[in-house]
Formats: sequence, structure tokens, C-alpha cells
Amino acid sequence: MQNLLLLGAEAIAQGAIDGGISGVYAYPGTPSTEIMEYVQASKKAEERNIHRLWSSNEKTAMETALGMSYAGKRVIVCMKHVGLNVAADAFINSAITGVNGGLLVVSADDPSMHSSQNEQDSRFYGKFAMIPILEPSNQQEAYDMAYHGFELSEKFKTPVLLRITTRISHSRAGVKTLQIKDMLNGSLPENPRQFVLLPAIARINYNKLVAEQELFVEDSENSTFNKYFDGKDKSLGIITGGIAYNYVLENFEDRKIPYPVLKINQYPIPRKLIEKIKNECKELLVVEEGAPFIEEMIKDYFNEGIQVHGKLDGYLPRVGELNPNLVAKSLKLEDTTGEDIPTIVKQRPPSLCPGCGHRDMYDELNEAMKEYGKGKVFADIGCYTLGALPPFNAINSCVDMGASITMAKGAGDAGLIPAVAVIGDSTFTHSGMTGLLDAVNEKSHITVIISDNSTTAMTGGQHSQGTGKIEAICEGIGVEKEHIRVMIPLKKNFEENVKIIKEELAYNGVSVVIPRRECVQTLARKMKKV
Amino acid sequence: MKTDLILAGVGGQGILSIAAIIGMAALENKLFLKQAEVHGMSQRGGDVQSNLRISSKEIASDLITMGKADLILSVEPMESLRYLPYLSKDGYLVTNTKAFNNITDYPEQDELIAKIKSLPHHVAIDANKIASDIGSPRSMNIVMLGAASPFIDMPFESFENGIRKIFAKKGEDIIDVNLKALKAGREFAEREVLK
Ligand SMILES: Cc1ncc(C[n+]2csc(CCOP(=O)(O)OP(=O)(O)O)c2C)c(N)n1
Ligand code: SF4
Repeated sequence: MQNLLLLGAEAIAQGAIDGGISGVYAYPGTPSTEIMEYVQASKKAEERNIHRLWSSNEKTAMETALGMSYAGKRVIVCMKHVGLNVAADAFINSAITGVNGGLLVVSADDPSMHSSQNEQDSRFYGKFAMIPILEPSNQQEAYDMAYHGFELSEKFKTPVLLRITTRISHSRAGVKTLQIKDMLNGSLPENPRQFVLLPAIARINYNKLVAEQELFVEDSENSTFNKYFDGKDKSLGIITGGIAYNYVLENFEDRKIPYPVLKINQYPIPRKLIEKIKNECKELLVVEEGAPFIEEMIKDYFNEGIQVHGKLDGYLPRVGELNPNLVAKSLKLEDTTGEDIPTIVKQRPPSLCPGCGHRDMYDELNEAMKEYGKGKVFADIGCYTLGALPPFNAINSCVDMGASITMAKGAGDAGLIPAVAVIGDSTFTHSGMTGLLDAVNEKSHITVIISDNSTTAMTGGQHSQGTGKIEAICEGIGVEKEHIRVMIPLKKNFEENVKIIKEELAYNGVSVVIPRRECVQTLARKMKKV
Repeated sequence: MKTDLILAGVGGQGILSIAAIIGMAALENKLFLKQAEVHGMSQRGGDVQSNLRISSKEIASDLITMGKADLILSVEPMESLRYLPYLSKDGYLVTNTKAFNNITDYPEQDELIAKIKSLPHHVAIDANKIASDIGSPRSMNIVMLGAASPFIDMPFESFENGIRKIFAKKGEDIIDVNLKALKAGREFAEREVLK
């Protein structure tokens, strides 16, 4: 059929459209954002009226998707790995309710933390929720897994986790597509109490989920996504999967690996295949992207007898992403790395764009904070986090989305006054609003700066849910009207803006300052279109 | 055939358009292709790269093995050197000489150029100037693609066709000026290498 050149993320989107979804729900986050963006640009999605608008955060996305599944439609929900922390309550419980229409949860991990604050491995979440996990090795498999994932989900009436990593998400290759499927008509769950997790019902559902584990394992053992390749040289057996499989392949001329290889792309772990490779080989090497997830399990599983090499014994690094050279070393092959990077090459960290409104905001805040000294500014996640770097050196924290307001409140409770929060508009509606309510209820002495560029800039300028509503939200939460101050962060307003910030810092209660100027990148794009 | 190339530059300099054109050319020649690119944080003025692999055989890894790249194509001189560990012994480094200086400790231009010129196989070209000379400063990246094209084993017409496809929506004038930029880069490289 058609051969398209697609990013891994786009292949998932195309696979989901062709697999018959009625909706995609997501909050942006690198490296998952392109899935939703692809569906938004798709003519087919428009024709079919597939739901494709952004959600306020990953939890609302996950729950809305579960609602669509309840109504008997296929649905995909996408997020970056840390987004799954936000969605975790809904995610774990969706395994207990089970699904009606097929439900695929995509979590995009970011080993090496190219654009993230940690490198957690989403496979643990899949295991924690006790549901099947799929992980593609290439773009074609990404497409196929999205396409067929709904069948797997519906067969066992369980959500399915699709785990990808940065390199597969942001790498392009040719993909052959399959016949597009009809969308489901929609139907209520056969059991009207399936989704009612009262303890008595939840116990029944949970027992069912536990009982099904054997079936999930059996499905993995028979899955075409898992492959056992025999090899003549049994001195070593390689267990790999996902993108790491490619790095193993790359190290052998014409893809001819002399050792037996077990490629695991569907979980739970296919036990019989593990037994087989263990019985046939003298030693094992586990090559996996992310945490030593398989390695830990099989090390414990065999306990003794056979040597298992990997990230736990230094054959491969414990942190950061893999690459062909690291895998070569673990296989005792020659390392071909060329000349070192010359010392004249300097680091080039990312920085705020010239003309960005966050720049003016930080200049003004730094000036206003002079009299209070350093160490009192809690920030959040977004472009404005770059205010941590020179020349601003303006912020003292960046932990998880929404944490600026709550950390400022906690520090204020501990006597750090005035405590300041700096948060973006999208982050504020993602998970800053609830923390603001806590502060208002206690009349905490904090100043919240909502640096409003009217977009979700860090991830490429997606719609921001609170655009045009920020003041109303703050007022609704209970911030006093006279302590909601809007300003335009421009050089010419410097003096006036510093004065406003100073006034609010001095106020013994919750104040909100809203520097508002559109992101110069989204503005430039709009101008181009005109 | 097989060409493994690293595209390098600074966020916003347009290396992804170069990648897209090469991708189109590879499709036209029915070659396998894998192209890993960087999205996200570092696109804000940080260093960015893309691993582009073209081959007549199926490609395994999305990332190029260090020491096996046939070509480094950089739109910025300091960035070209950041990927030296990837370059194979016979590989070419083709770079723009015009610095993009957005950091405080940027090295001396002379030192940079001296280092680049000390490499056995290099093409150093002031692509900004050439692009300005033909009246289209924004075509700097296409000049660079032209300069690298002799080292990518595909017919020159395929790159031209790639440009026609990528800029199709922007009209004939834009297509023409970019074809000119491509040719100017190509001619410069051919002169350099023959020298
Ligand atoms: C839980 C979670 N979801 C998503 C992200 C990815 N992410 C980082 S910053 C950001 C957008 C921030 O937008 P905004 O707060 O408006 O700030 P801006 O970048 O526009 O300055 C997103 C979506 C993340 N880091 N954590
Ligand atoms: S993308 Fe927008 S918000 Fe982000 S640094 Fe650039 S101008 Fe500022």
C-alpha cells in the first residue's frame, strides 16, 4: 500500500487513524507532541471528525479518553513520560475498570533527558498497572502497533500501553500503511457496573485482572511483535527490544548476528522465550533503552546459574540513551569513534529568543527582588525555565508542572517571605490553579507571576487552554481583584512594571502579576500567514 | 550505495529543510532512509543536529555509529567540529564559515578556521555571502546543501527536484532563487575539491 515518510510519532498517529479511532486526547510534551499535531493536520481525521483538540493536562486527557472508550469508541491518549505521572491515578484505575472501546495509552520516554527533568521508564507503569505493553523498534512497527493495538485492547478489554523513546519518536523512515478501518458505532459496556469502582466491584475487577495475567503472558509468547532469531554461536544470547534492537543489528555486517537474539516488543515478558534463550546460551546480554527493566527481572528470575550482563554490571551505562558504539563495547566489538571534539568547541545551551517577553519579565523581577535578596523565586516548566541561566540567574526551582505556586506557598509557610512563583499560562491551567486555591484559602504571602505569552511555547506553540481567561480564573479562585495586575513586558514599561511588582511583593496576601505579551515565535508565524 | 551524514547547526538555522530536501531526493531514487532529528528544548538557539542515513540496503540504526559518518554538513563552523567523533577517516566535513555567535565564550574565528582547514577532507565556504550575492540571504542553507551534494551519491537533478517539491507552495520565484543557491554551492565545492 502507500509508502509514507514518517516520524515514529507520526506513524503512531497514522496507525491510530487507520485503526479506526474516534478521538485523540493529549497534552503536549516532547517527544510525544507530534502525534496529536499529525492528527490535527490530517484530512482524513477532519473528514471523520475525529476528536483532536488539546486537553488541559494529561489527567484530563486520560480520563476523557476513558470516557470515549466507555461509550464504545476507539481512542488514543498521548503524553510524555512525566505526563504519565500526572495521569497515573486515572491510568492505573483504567486497568481495574478495563475498557469498552479499544484504548491505547502512548507514553514517550526521553532517555538522556534531551527535553526533560528525568528519564523514568514507562514500562514500569505498564507493569505496575498489570497491562500489556507494546514498544516498537522502528517506524513501521510503530504504525502496526497503533493499528493493531486496539484489537489487543478489545480482546482483553484492557488498556494497552504503547511505549516509545525520543529516538524512535523523532526519527523518520518509510512506512507502509494498511487498509483504513471503519470507526466503531459505539455501544455501552455490557456490564453496567464495569466502571463503578466501589470496593466490592473493584475487588471483582481486580481479581479478573490478576487472573488474566497468564493470558497476557501467553499473548506475548505468541505475539508476532516478539521474535526469536536463532544463531549458531551459543556462547552468548542477546535479549533486546525497542530501539535498542537496531543498535544491536547495526553492529553486524548485513544484519547477520551470530548469536541467538530474543527481541521483546510486547510485554509482559514472554516467559517461554526467555527460558529458551537461557537454556540455549552460556551467557546473556540484555540491551534495552531506558532502565534495566528486563535485566532486573530476569536476574532475579534465574537468581543463579547463568551470567546476565547489561546495565547492572557495567557492560552498558546505567544512565543516558544507548547508541551503536555503546552496544559495540558491550559486545566486545571494536569502538570506531573518531577524533575527539576539539577543546575550542564550546557548549551552546538553549536560551530565550531575542525579544521574548519572558526576558523583560525577568529583568523587571530581578530589579524588584533586589531589596529582598536571592533564593526566593520558585519557577516552573516552560521556556521561562531558561531564566535559570545567565544573564538572568533569576530562579531557584523547577521541579514538575505546577510546583512553583505550591513550593512558594510551602516556603512561605516556613517563613520565607516574600515567596515568588513564576509560571507560564499553559502550566498554570495544567496544574497551577489548584495550588493557587490552597494559597488563597490560607491568605499566604506569595506573589504569583503568570508570564502569559498566550501559547504553550516550549513544545512548539500549541493552543493554551487559559488564553483570555487567566484573570477570570484567578478571580474565581478568590484572588482579590486589586491584587491581579496585568502589565506589558516591554523595555519602555520597565520602571512602571518594577513598581507594580514591588507593590505586590509587599502585599501580605496572595497577589497575581500577569506580564502579557505574545510569544515572538507564534506571532511571527501568524504574520507569515497573513 | 550508502551515505551517512550528520547535519549540524544552531536551532533556527534551517537544517531540517536541508534534511527534507535530501529526504525527497532519496525517495525519488527509491533508496532507504532514516533521519533522526532534534525537537524540543535545544531548538531555542542551542546546538542541533540530525542524523541522516541513505542506503540502497535496509538501514538498522536511526543513529549513525561514531567514526562511520561519510559527511558532516554544518551551517555553522563551530558546530561542524562538535561532530568530529562521528566522522570516518575518509569522511568529508563541509561547513559554512560564518559564525553564529550567541554565547559569551565563542572561540576566535581564526582558530576555528585553522582547525577546520587542518582536516584532510574539508570544504569551508562562506555560504551567507554567496546567498547574499545571489540576492537571497535566507538561502544560506541551500547553498550549503549544494556544497555538500557532490559527496552524497545521488544525481544532482534529484536535489533540484527536492527543492521544487519542498518550496512548491512558495511560488516559482522562491524555487528559482533556491535552485540558483544550490548550484552556486555545488560549483564552489567542485572548484575547492579540484584545487
Ligand atoms: C507533566 C508534564 N507535561 C508536559 C510537559 C512538557 N512541557 C514542558 S513546558 C511545557 C509548556 C509550558 O507552557 P507555558 O507554561 O505556557 O510556558 P511557555 O513555554 O509558553 O513559556 C510543556 C507542555 C512537562 N514537562 N511535564
Ligand atoms: S519560543 Fe516564544 S516564549 Fe519561548 S523563548 Fe522564544 S519567544 Fe520566548
